[in-house]
Amino acid sequence: MNLLGAVKFPPIENVIEWPAWLFEDSTYFAFNKIAFIHFLGLVIPMAVFLLGARGSGLVPRGFRTVSEGIVTFVDEQIAKPGIGHGREPYLPLLVSFFLFIFIGNITEVIPFFQMPANARMAGPLVLALVAWGMFISVGVRHNGPGYFKEVLFPPGVPKALYLLVTPIEFLSTFLVRPFSHAVRLFANMLAGHILLITFGVLCISVWSASALVLIQIGTFPGLVAFTAFEVGVSLIQAFVFTILAAVYIGGALHPAH
Amino acid sequence: MSVLAQIAQDIEAADLQNIEAAGGAGMAYGLAAIGPGIGIGYLVGQAVQAMARQPESAGQVQTTMFLGIAFTEALALIGFVVFILLKFV
Repeated sequence: MNLLGAVKFPPIENVIEWPAWLFEDSTYFAFNKIAFIHFLGLVIPMAVFLLGARGSGLVPRGFRTVSEGIVTFVDEQIAKPGIGHGREPYLPLLVSFFLFIFIGNITEVIPFFQMPANARMAGPLVLALVAWGMFISVGVRHNGPGYFKEVLFPPGVPKALYLLVTPIEFLSTFLVRPFSHAVRLFANMLAGHILLITFGVLCISVWSASALVLIQIGTFPGLVAFTAFEVGVSLIQAFVFTILAAVYIGGALHPAH
Repeated sequence: MSVLAQIAQDIEAADLQNIEAAGGAGMAYGLAAIGPGIGIGYLVGQAVQAMARQPESAGQVQTTMFLGIAFTEALALIGFVVFILLKFV
Protein backbone atom coordinates (compact mmCIF):
# COMPACT_ATOMS: atom_id res chain seq x y z
CA MET A 1 0.00 0.00 0.00
CA ASN A 2 2.91 2.27 0.65
CA LEU A 3 3.16 3.24 -3.00
CA LEU A 4 4.47 6.74 -2.43
CA GLY A 5 6.80 5.67 0.36
CA ALA A 6 9.81 6.38 -1.81
CA VAL A 7 8.72 9.96 -2.37
CA LYS A 8 10.17 12.07 0.40
CA PHE A 9 10.29 15.83 0.25
CA PRO A 10 13.65 17.13 1.50
CA PRO A 11 13.63 19.36 4.60
CA ILE A 12 13.21 23.01 3.73
CA GLU A 13 16.69 23.91 5.01
CA ASN A 14 18.24 21.61 2.42
CA VAL A 15 16.66 23.38 -0.52
CA ILE A 16 17.14 27.04 0.38
CA GLU A 17 20.29 27.14 2.53
CA TRP A 18 23.65 26.77 0.86
CA PRO A 19 27.04 26.11 2.43
CA ALA A 20 29.56 28.92 2.25
CA TRP A 21 32.35 28.66 -0.32
CA LEU A 22 34.54 31.37 1.17
CA PHE A 23 34.86 32.96 4.62
CA GLU A 24 32.96 30.11 6.34
CA ASP A 25 33.52 31.53 9.81
CA SER A 26 32.10 34.95 9.12
CA THR A 27 28.41 35.61 9.73
CA TYR A 28 28.12 38.58 7.40
CA PHE A 29 30.70 37.94 4.68
CA ALA A 30 30.18 34.22 4.06
CA PHE A 31 30.19 33.83 0.28
CA ASN A 32 27.77 31.14 -0.87
CA LYS A 33 25.71 30.46 -3.98
CA ILE A 34 23.23 33.25 -3.20
CA ALA A 35 26.01 35.80 -2.85
CA PHE A 36 27.54 34.51 -6.07
CA ILE A 37 24.23 35.01 -7.94
CA HIS A 38 23.93 38.53 -6.53
CA PHE A 39 27.50 39.15 -7.67
CA LEU A 40 26.56 37.95 -11.18
CA GLY A 41 23.55 40.27 -11.07
CA LEU A 42 26.01 43.08 -10.46
CA VAL A 43 28.66 42.09 -13.01
CA ILE A 44 26.61 40.95 -16.02
CA PRO A 45 24.58 44.17 -16.49
CA MET A 46 27.75 46.23 -15.96
CA ALA A 47 29.57 44.20 -18.62
CA VAL A 48 26.66 44.44 -21.07
CA PHE A 49 26.34 48.19 -20.67
CA LEU A 50 30.09 48.88 -20.73
CA LEU A 51 30.47 46.80 -23.89
CA GLY A 52 27.39 48.47 -25.32
CA ALA A 53 28.77 51.94 -24.63
CA ARG A 54 31.89 51.26 -26.72
CA GLY A 55 30.19 51.24 -30.11
CA SER A 56 29.86 54.36 -32.17
CA GLY A 57 27.87 55.35 -35.21
CA LEU A 58 24.16 55.68 -35.77
CA VAL A 59 23.29 52.04 -36.26
CA PRO A 60 23.50 50.00 -33.02
CA ARG A 61 25.14 46.58 -33.29
CA GLY A 62 25.97 43.72 -30.96
CA PHE A 63 25.93 44.60 -27.27
CA ARG A 64 24.70 48.07 -28.08
CA THR A 65 21.48 46.62 -29.51
CA VAL A 66 20.97 44.63 -26.32
CA SER A 67 21.61 47.51 -23.96
CA GLU A 68 19.53 49.96 -25.98
CA GLY A 69 16.73 47.41 -26.15
CA ILE A 70 16.76 46.97 -22.37
CA VAL A 71 16.78 50.70 -21.69
CA THR A 72 14.00 51.31 -24.21
CA PHE A 73 11.90 48.52 -22.73
CA VAL A 74 12.28 49.83 -19.18
CA ASP A 75 11.60 53.39 -20.32
CA GLU A 76 8.54 52.60 -22.45
CA GLN A 77 6.94 49.81 -20.43
CA ILE A 78 7.90 50.66 -16.84
CA ALA A 79 9.02 54.26 -16.33
CA LYS A 80 6.48 55.89 -18.65
CA PRO A 81 3.32 54.37 -17.13
CA GLY A 82 4.79 54.42 -13.60
CA ILE A 83 6.39 57.85 -13.30
CA GLY A 84 5.44 59.68 -16.48
CA HIS A 85 6.70 63.22 -16.87
CA GLY A 86 10.19 63.82 -15.39
CA ARG A 87 11.23 60.16 -15.29
CA GLU A 88 14.76 60.45 -16.70
CA PRO A 89 16.71 60.77 -13.38
CA TYR A 90 15.17 57.53 -12.08
CA LEU A 91 15.75 55.42 -15.21
CA PRO A 92 19.20 54.09 -14.09
CA LEU A 93 17.75 52.88 -10.79
CA LEU A 94 14.87 51.13 -12.55
CA VAL A 95 17.12 49.48 -15.13
CA SER A 96 19.42 48.24 -12.35
CA PHE A 97 16.46 46.91 -10.36
CA PHE A 98 15.07 45.12 -13.39
CA LEU A 99 18.31 43.41 -14.43
CA PHE A 100 19.45 42.56 -10.90
CA ILE A 101 16.10 40.99 -10.03
CA PHE A 102 15.79 39.22 -13.36
CA ILE A 103 19.22 37.61 -13.00
CA GLY A 104 18.40 36.67 -9.41
CA ASN A 105 15.17 35.03 -10.61
CA ILE A 106 16.26 33.31 -13.80
CA THR A 107 18.92 31.23 -11.99
CA GLU A 108 15.92 29.26 -10.74
CA VAL A 109 15.83 27.34 -14.04
CA ILE A 110 19.50 27.50 -15.07
CA PRO A 111 21.26 24.16 -14.49
CA PHE A 112 23.94 24.10 -11.75
CA PHE A 113 22.35 27.11 -10.08
CA GLN A 114 18.77 25.84 -9.72
CA MET A 115 18.12 28.39 -7.02
CA PRO A 116 16.50 31.82 -7.29
CA ALA A 117 18.58 34.23 -5.24
CA ASN A 118 15.38 36.13 -4.45
CA ALA A 119 13.94 33.12 -2.63
CA ARG A 120 15.91 34.34 0.39
CA MET A 121 14.25 37.29 2.07
CA ALA A 122 17.44 39.34 2.46
CA GLY A 123 17.77 40.30 -1.22
CA PRO A 124 14.21 41.48 -1.88
CA LEU A 125 14.10 43.22 1.51
CA VAL A 126 17.19 45.29 0.76
CA LEU A 127 15.85 46.19 -2.70
CA ALA A 128 12.47 47.13 -1.24
CA LEU A 129 14.14 49.29 1.40
CA VAL A 130 16.14 51.04 -1.32
CA ALA A 131 12.90 51.76 -3.20
CA TRP A 132 11.28 52.91 0.07
CA GLY A 133 14.09 55.31 0.91
CA MET A 134 14.10 56.47 -2.69
CA PHE A 135 10.42 57.40 -2.91
CA ILE A 136 10.39 59.13 0.46
CA SER A 137 13.47 61.19 -0.40
CA VAL A 138 12.04 62.03 -3.84
CA GLY A 139 8.80 63.14 -2.22
CA VAL A 140 10.56 65.31 0.33
CA ARG A 141 12.93 66.77 -2.22
CA HIS A 142 10.24 67.74 -4.72
CA ASN A 143 7.46 68.77 -2.36
CA GLY A 144 9.32 69.72 0.81
CA PRO A 145 7.99 68.58 4.19
CA GLY A 146 4.53 69.19 2.73
CA TYR A 147 4.90 65.74 1.15
CA PHE A 148 4.04 64.08 4.47
CA LYS A 149 1.06 66.36 4.89
CA GLU A 150 -0.07 65.51 1.36
CA VAL A 151 0.18 61.78 2.02
CA LEU A 152 -1.16 61.67 5.57
CA PHE A 153 -3.92 64.24 5.07
CA PRO A 154 -5.12 63.72 1.49
CA PRO A 155 -7.04 66.77 0.25
CA GLY A 156 -10.75 66.52 -0.37
CA VAL A 157 -11.50 64.30 2.62
CA PRO A 158 -13.98 65.52 5.26
CA LYS A 159 -12.20 66.69 8.43
CA ALA A 160 -13.73 64.06 10.72
CA LEU A 161 -12.57 61.23 8.49
CA TYR A 162 -8.91 62.15 9.05
CA LEU A 163 -9.19 60.25 12.34
CA LEU A 164 -9.60 57.12 10.24
CA VAL A 165 -7.69 57.99 7.07
CA THR A 166 -4.42 59.26 8.56
CA PRO A 167 -3.47 56.11 10.54
CA ILE A 168 -4.41 53.93 7.57
CA GLU A 169 -2.36 56.02 5.16
CA PHE A 170 0.58 56.08 7.56
CA LEU A 171 0.54 52.31 7.98
CA SER A 172 0.01 51.48 4.33
CA THR A 173 2.46 53.98 2.86
CA PHE A 174 5.33 54.06 5.29
CA LEU A 175 5.25 50.75 7.17
CA VAL A 176 3.52 48.03 5.15
CA ARG A 177 4.63 49.13 1.68
CA PRO A 178 8.28 47.97 1.78
CA PHE A 179 7.21 44.77 3.48
CA SER A 180 4.58 43.85 0.89
CA HIS A 181 6.88 44.99 -1.91
CA ALA A 182 9.57 42.56 -0.73
CA VAL A 183 7.25 39.69 0.19
CA ARG A 184 5.62 39.77 -3.25
CA LEU A 185 8.92 38.93 -4.95
CA PHE A 186 10.23 36.63 -2.23
CA ALA A 187 7.11 34.48 -1.89
CA ASN A 188 6.65 34.14 -5.66
CA MET A 189 10.19 32.90 -6.14
CA LEU A 190 10.09 30.60 -3.11
CA ALA A 191 6.78 29.12 -4.27
CA GLY A 192 8.18 28.53 -7.76
CA HIS A 193 11.32 26.94 -6.31
CA ILE A 194 9.31 24.58 -4.11
CA LEU A 195 7.03 23.73 -7.03
CA LEU A 196 9.97 22.74 -9.21
CA ILE A 197 11.52 20.73 -6.35
CA THR A 198 8.26 18.88 -5.81
CA PHE A 199 8.11 17.80 -9.44
CA GLY A 200 11.84 17.06 -9.48
CA VAL A 201 11.52 14.85 -6.39
CA LEU A 202 8.59 13.01 -7.95
CA CYS A 203 10.56 12.43 -11.15
CA ILE A 204 13.67 11.13 -9.36
CA SER A 205 11.87 8.96 -6.83
CA VAL A 206 9.84 7.05 -9.36
CA TRP A 207 12.84 5.91 -11.40
CA SER A 208 13.56 3.21 -8.85
CA ALA A 209 10.10 1.80 -8.14
CA SER A 210 8.86 -0.26 -11.05
CA ALA A 211 5.13 0.27 -10.78
CA LEU A 212 5.60 3.99 -10.27
CA VAL A 213 7.17 4.53 -13.67
CA LEU A 214 3.62 5.12 -14.89
CA ILE A 215 3.51 8.29 -12.78
CA GLN A 216 6.50 9.50 -14.76
CA ILE A 217 4.17 9.97 -17.72
CA GLY A 218 2.52 12.72 -15.73
CA THR A 219 5.36 14.17 -13.71
CA PHE A 220 8.06 14.64 -16.32
CA PRO A 221 5.96 16.74 -18.74
CA GLY A 222 4.77 18.57 -15.63
CA LEU A 223 8.35 19.38 -14.69
CA VAL A 224 9.12 20.62 -18.21
CA ALA A 225 5.94 22.71 -18.35
CA PHE A 226 6.52 24.28 -14.93
CA THR A 227 10.12 25.07 -15.85
CA ALA A 228 8.82 27.02 -18.84
CA PHE A 229 6.20 28.63 -16.60
CA GLU A 230 8.90 29.71 -14.13
CA VAL A 231 10.84 31.44 -16.92
CA GLY A 232 7.75 33.59 -17.46
CA VAL A 233 7.31 34.13 -13.73
CA SER A 234 10.92 35.33 -13.41
CA LEU A 235 10.35 37.95 -16.10
CA ILE A 236 6.97 39.06 -14.77
CA GLN A 237 8.17 39.33 -11.17
CA ALA A 238 11.17 41.45 -12.19
CA PHE A 239 8.76 43.58 -14.23
CA VAL A 240 6.23 43.89 -11.40
CA PHE A 241 8.82 44.77 -8.75
CA THR A 242 10.31 47.45 -10.99
CA ILE A 243 6.98 48.94 -12.06
CA LEU A 244 5.85 49.10 -8.44
CA ALA A 245 9.04 50.94 -7.54
CA ALA A 246 8.31 53.28 -10.47
CA VAL A 247 4.71 53.81 -9.34
CA TYR A 248 5.84 54.60 -5.78
CA ILE A 249 8.43 57.10 -7.07
CA GLY A 250 5.85 58.58 -9.46
CA GLY A 251 3.36 58.95 -6.62
CA ALA A 252 5.95 60.82 -4.57
CA LEU A 253 6.95 62.97 -7.54
CA HIS A 254 3.44 64.02 -8.55
CA PRO A 255 1.34 63.57 -5.39
CA ALA A 256 -1.63 65.38 -6.92
CA HIS A 257 -2.71 62.29 -8.89
CA MET B 1 -12.20 1.18 20.28
CA SER B 2 -9.01 -0.52 21.29
CA VAL B 3 -7.45 0.48 17.97
CA LEU B 4 -8.22 4.12 18.65
CA ALA B 5 -6.75 3.87 22.13
CA GLN B 6 -3.63 2.29 20.67
CA ILE B 7 -3.32 5.14 18.17
CA ALA B 8 -3.84 7.73 20.89
CA GLN B 9 -1.04 6.15 22.88
CA ASP B 10 1.33 6.12 19.95
CA ILE B 11 0.83 9.77 19.15
CA GLU B 12 3.21 11.84 21.19
CA ALA B 13 3.04 15.51 22.01
CA ALA B 14 5.56 16.45 19.34
CA ASP B 15 3.60 14.54 16.69
CA LEU B 16 0.44 16.28 17.76
CA GLN B 17 2.14 19.62 17.43
CA ASN B 18 3.34 18.72 13.93
CA ILE B 19 -0.13 17.57 12.92
CA GLU B 20 -1.67 20.78 14.19
CA ALA B 21 1.00 22.89 12.47
CA ALA B 22 0.43 21.09 9.17
CA GLY B 23 -3.35 21.38 9.48
CA GLY B 24 -3.16 25.04 10.41
CA ALA B 25 -0.70 25.74 7.60
CA GLY B 26 -2.91 24.07 5.00
CA MET B 27 -5.96 25.91 6.31
CA ALA B 28 -4.14 29.26 6.32
CA TYR B 29 -3.02 28.97 2.75
CA GLY B 30 -6.35 27.58 1.53
CA LEU B 31 -8.29 30.44 3.08
CA ALA B 32 -5.79 33.04 1.90
CA ALA B 33 -6.12 31.83 -1.68
CA ILE B 34 -9.90 32.28 -1.97
CA GLY B 35 -10.12 36.04 -2.16
CA PRO B 36 -7.15 36.69 -4.46
CA GLY B 37 -8.33 33.86 -6.72
CA ILE B 38 -11.67 35.54 -7.23
CA GLY B 39 -10.01 38.94 -7.49
CA ILE B 40 -7.44 37.97 -10.12
CA GLY B 41 -10.04 36.12 -12.16
CA TYR B 42 -12.32 39.14 -12.21
CA LEU B 43 -9.44 41.54 -12.89
CA VAL B 44 -8.02 39.60 -15.84
CA GLY B 45 -11.50 39.00 -17.23
CA GLN B 46 -12.19 42.72 -17.22
CA ALA B 47 -8.78 43.42 -18.75
CA VAL B 48 -9.45 40.95 -21.57
CA GLN B 49 -12.80 42.62 -22.17
CA ALA B 50 -11.15 46.03 -22.27
CA MET B 51 -8.52 44.80 -24.73
CA ALA B 52 -11.17 43.18 -26.93
CA ARG B 53 -13.22 46.36 -27.01
CA GLN B 54 -10.27 48.65 -27.60
CA PRO B 55 -7.34 46.74 -29.09
CA GLU B 56 -5.34 49.94 -29.61
CA SER B 57 -5.09 50.48 -25.83
CA ALA B 58 -3.96 46.90 -25.18
CA GLY B 59 -0.46 47.92 -24.05
CA GLN B 60 -1.70 50.32 -21.43
CA VAL B 61 -4.35 47.90 -20.19
CA GLN B 62 -1.75 45.17 -19.91
CA THR B 63 0.58 47.27 -17.75
CA THR B 64 -2.26 48.30 -15.48
CA MET B 65 -3.42 44.68 -15.34
CA PHE B 66 -0.02 43.49 -14.12
CA LEU B 67 -0.04 46.22 -11.49
CA GLY B 68 -3.50 45.18 -10.32
CA ILE B 69 -2.50 41.52 -10.23
CA ALA B 70 0.55 42.42 -8.15
CA PHE B 71 -1.60 44.21 -5.60
CA THR B 72 -4.28 41.52 -5.56
CA GLU B 73 -2.01 38.54 -5.17
CA ALA B 74 -0.10 40.11 -2.27
CA LEU B 75 -2.64 38.65 0.17
CA ALA B 76 -2.27 35.16 -1.27
CA LEU B 77 1.49 35.46 -1.02
CA ILE B 78 1.32 36.61 2.58
CA GLY B 79 -0.83 33.52 3.17
CA PHE B 80 1.92 31.46 1.59
CA VAL B 81 4.50 33.01 3.88
CA VAL B 82 2.29 32.22 6.88
CA PHE B 83 2.10 28.65 5.57
CA ILE B 84 5.90 28.42 5.45
CA LEU B 85 6.19 29.94 8.93
CA LEU B 86 3.63 27.57 10.45
CA LYS B 87 4.91 24.47 8.71
CA PHE B 88 8.66 24.82 8.85
CA VAL B 89 9.63 27.35 11.50
